[in-house]
This record gives sequence, C-alpha cells and structure tokens, in this order.
Amino acid sequence: MTIMKEEFARVQVSPQVGDASSTTGDVPVKCQVEDLSFYYGKLQALKNINMVFAANQVTAIIGPSGCGKSTLVRCFNRIHDLYPETRYEGKITLQPSGINLIGAETDPLEMRMRMSMVFQKPNAFPKSVFENVAFGLRLRNVTGTDLSERVEKALRSAALWDEVKDRLRASAYTLSGGQQQRLCIARALATEPEMLLFDEPTSALDPIATGKIESLIFELKKNVTVVIVTHNMQQAARISDSTAFMYLGKLVEVAPTKTMFENPSNKLTEEYITGHFG
Amino acid sequence: MSDFKHIIAKRKRQDFLFNIVGILCTLVGILTLGALLADLLMDGLVRINWTFLTSFPSRFAERAGILSSWVGTLLIMIVTASAAVPLGVAAGIYLEEYARRNWLTNLIEINIANLAGVPSIIYGLMALSLLVYQFRLGQSILTGGLTLAFLILPIVIVATREALRTIPQGIREAAYALGSTKWQVVRHHLLPYSLGGTMTGIIIALSRAIGETAPLITIGALTFIAFLPPPPIKSEAPFVSAEWLMSPFSVLPIQMFNWVSRPDQAFVVNAAGAGLVLIFVTLLLNGIAIMIRYRVRKRIKW
Repeated sequence: MTIMKEEFARVQVSPQVGDASSTTGDVPVKCQVEDLSFYYGKLQALKNINMVFAANQVTAIIGPSGCGKSTLVRCFNRIHDLYPETRYEGKITLQPSGINLIGAETDPLEMRMRMSMVFQKPNAFPKSVFENVAFGLRLRNVTGTDLSERVEKALRSAALWDEVKDRLRASAYTLSGGQQQRLCIARALATEPEMLLFDEPTSALDPIATGKIESLIFELKKNVTVVIVTHNMQQAARISDSTAFMYLGKLVEVAPTKTMFENPSNKLTEEYITGHFG
Repeated sequence: MSDFKHIIAKRKRQDFLFNIVGILCTLVGILTLGALLADLLMDGLVRINWTFLTSFPSRFAERAGILSSWVGTLLIMIVTASAAVPLGVAAGIYLEEYARRNWLTNLIEINIANLAGVPSIIYGLMALSLLVYQFRLGQSILTGGLTLAFLILPIVIVATREALRTIPQGIREAAYALGSTKWQVVRHHLLPYSLGGTMTGIIIALSRAIGETAPLITIGALTFIAFLPPPPIKSEAPFVSAEWLMSPFSVLPIQMFNWVSRPDQAFVVNAAGAGLVLIFVTLLLNGIAIMIRYRVRKRIKW
C-alpha cells in the first residue's frame, strides 16, 4: 500500500472528460478522441467515446472483458484496417500535428510508423534478438553503426540490455516469456514513437516479470505518451496517472487515477472497482 | 475397486490390440516398398555401371544405356521446378494474404483443390493443344517441363497456403504495427517463416512429377533418342544458351516403359536398371530439398 501512495503522490494534473482545450492544466494534450465509434461489420464495438490523453503521462483503460478497451487502443495504430468490414466514425486528433488519425485522408501506414504497440501475447519474430529490435528501424532506412546504436539504446530503455548483450545473435525464442515481452517493448521503443500503446502487456506473465514491466512503463513516460489497456485494476492503480473505465463499448468515467480509485463519481465504476462485477 | 480393475484391463487390451494392428499396417507399407526395391536390385543391379549411364539407347540390349533419359529427366525437373515453384508460391501467398474472402476466391479455392485430383493425362492433352499447337513450343524440354509444372501447381499452392496458415496472426500484427507494407510482411516474415512447410510441399510435388509418364508421352516425348540437348554454356559470347529448352527429349520412366514392353528379356533387365537410377535421382533431389529445408529451419527457431 505504501508503494501505491508514493505513486499516487507523483500523479499530476490529468485530463477531464470533455476538456477540448489544447492543454489540461499545465500538461499538454497529446491526443484528443472525439465522438469515436467503431464497428466490426454491423456490430458497434465503441460508442461515442470522448476523452483526452495527456502528453508524457500513463493513461490506463480498464473494464470487464468485451467492453471495447482493446478495440479502442487498436484504433490508434489503425491495426483494424487489416481486417475487412471494419469502420471508424469520429475523430482522433494527434497533437501537435493536428492530424486526424482515423481520417479517410490519413494513411494507416503513416500512423503505424508514428505509433508503437505492445501486444497481449509476446510476439517476437523468430529471428535473432538484434534483428527483432532492428526490424522497425530497417523499415525506416536506418543502417550501419546508427542501427546498432539505436538497437542498444532501445534494449537499454527496455531494461533488457544486460541480459541479452552477449547473445544478440541468438534466437528471440531462447528468451523467457518476460524477456520476450521486454524485447517487444524494445522493438516498439526503437522507432521513437509518439505514443506507446500497450494491450494487456502482462496478462501472460508471472508477477516478477510483470513487476519489471510495470516499473519500466513508469520510466518510459518521461519520453513518450503511454496508453495501457489492462484488466488488472491494481496494475492501473500502480502505474497510471489517469484511468478510464469502459463498459459495453461506452466510456463510463475518466479521471486522475487517485480520484478514480478513492472516490469514483459513477456508481458503475465504483461497483467494478470494488469487485461487484466484471 | 474390482470394477475399476475390470474396466482398466479391458481398455488396456484395446490399447494392446491397436498396437498390434498399427504394427501390421506399417509393415504392409514397408514390406511392399522393400520387396519392390529388392526386386529392382536383383534384376537391375547387374546393369548399373559407367557404360550404362553414359550410353545412348540401342537396338542391342547389352549396349543400350540411359544417358539421354537421365539427362532428360534432370532437365525436365529443372524446368518444372523453376516454373511451378515461383508460380505456386506466389499464387498461394496471393490467395492467403492478399485476396479478400468472397465468392470468387472461394470458387478459385475449390477449383484448385479439384485440379489436384485431375488425372495427369488430361494435363498432357491440355499441354498438347495449348503448348505444342497454340504456342508452338514443340515437343521440347520446355513443353514437357511446363506440362509437369501445371500438374504440380495445385500441390505447391495448397502447401504454401497451409504453411502460411501455421504462422500466428500475432506475428503479422507485430510486423504491420511497426509500419510494414503487405509486401514487407510477406518478404521479411511470412516467406521465411513458412519456407519449411512450403519446401515439404515442393518436395512431394517434384517427387510426383519425376515419375510421370502419361502426360509426357501425350505431348510427344521420344522413346528413342541418341543425342543430348545442346549444352547451356557456350565458348563464345554471350556464353549461355537456352537452345536446350527447345530440344526433344526422353525421360527415365518413358525409357523404362519402352524397354519393359519389348519381348527380349535382356531389355527388362535394362528397365530394372533404369528404375534403380530413377529411384536414386528421386532420393537425390529429395535429399537436396530436405537439406535446404533443414538449413532454413535451423535459422528460424520457434
């Protein structure tokens, strides 16, 4: 509990629902979601989502299974576009460029080059440790010593360098599950994304590996805006600055994490947080 | 308790029974193959020597050799592989990764599955009217190789698709999330990761093609040929030549077929010798393919 309190103390001013101004207190906005709806064929998975993501903060998205939290985070890198009969409505504006992420004029490929995602199951490529991290850089035409420097930097940022520096040429599949997930984080960091999207990154990991990744996420927000989907409320409480609660495709409440967990304004949020359903 | 013992004993008997049945079934396959090989060895081994391999066919059984037919088999397989592998792999990738799921792709899919079951002589007839008469490619190595390529194309396509399906969707999503185009995902991830499975399909397909006789006879392969195709390398510029592609040819199974149908017993012995060489060439090609697959798989560790 003491750890949780310390982390709460570090929470700064965080966004509120419907705050459309370009700043939230003294924290600049990284991304605004306006009236976002998303459809899988005829099924509406997201219903009129409105929220703001503050720059260099960790925003957690919680909610029961099937509430649309993964669907929401997967809008940000347009990964839905890989599948037929998916449709976006509304706007996701990225600051400071002002580009509409899901606009028809926006190339999904460009968005994927500007965003990075870490998935639920570690999905390292069956290539060497080095090549895993280097792949995104190679796509961006990084070569030579620049390439190896940036791979090393990414592995250091993902707190993996010391464990793998002697076996960069070994297959990524020789690493443990937790190491593989940190390798995926390194791969995501190497391309210096504007936002780092985590889709339940620790659900396949043991508590020790989870702890390592949580402290890592806490470090990462110095350089990048983090969104993390989690079904673990303690995790949201431990690492996020603000928390959004979703239910049945709707955003029920978004608030600074401390407020959310100590004094939720919505009855539904309170019931979910106290474990009455979900 | 005694009830349990009774049930367990009964199930163990079933287990034992299937064990016996399984061994017997396996033996049927192995013994048949063994008998075939032993028969060929007993009949044909006496004929296997350097002269047999380096002589052209002849009216006299003891002078007849298989030079033109093993060279023909090898060249036909080169043409078949160079046509069927890129076509089949590309089509498989297209159908699995690029094509949208709709009634048209479903129709294509069903038809490819059906094509794999079409008798090989039908391919021969198709090649005769299309390649020989329409495209005027002649009764050549090129025509023969392409005919067998058409024959094994469905097998290569199906094998490629099956191999691609074993790659977890998470790998594709990871590659796309980094900003890859579809081609980059295919080129840097899907192709290398699926190569093992694709190679297995190609090996099976080529092993089938190497023994085919009917479609090649249909397009007009020769049963008696006493010269080799022109060499692919020349002494003067441009040093390479594709003339051999247009040369007439024979292959080992046709040579065998020709020899067995003769009344003279000595030619039947020759056929057995040619059969041994055919099996050896098949094993050699399979061995090379398996070696490539092994090297590829060693680099990719799941």
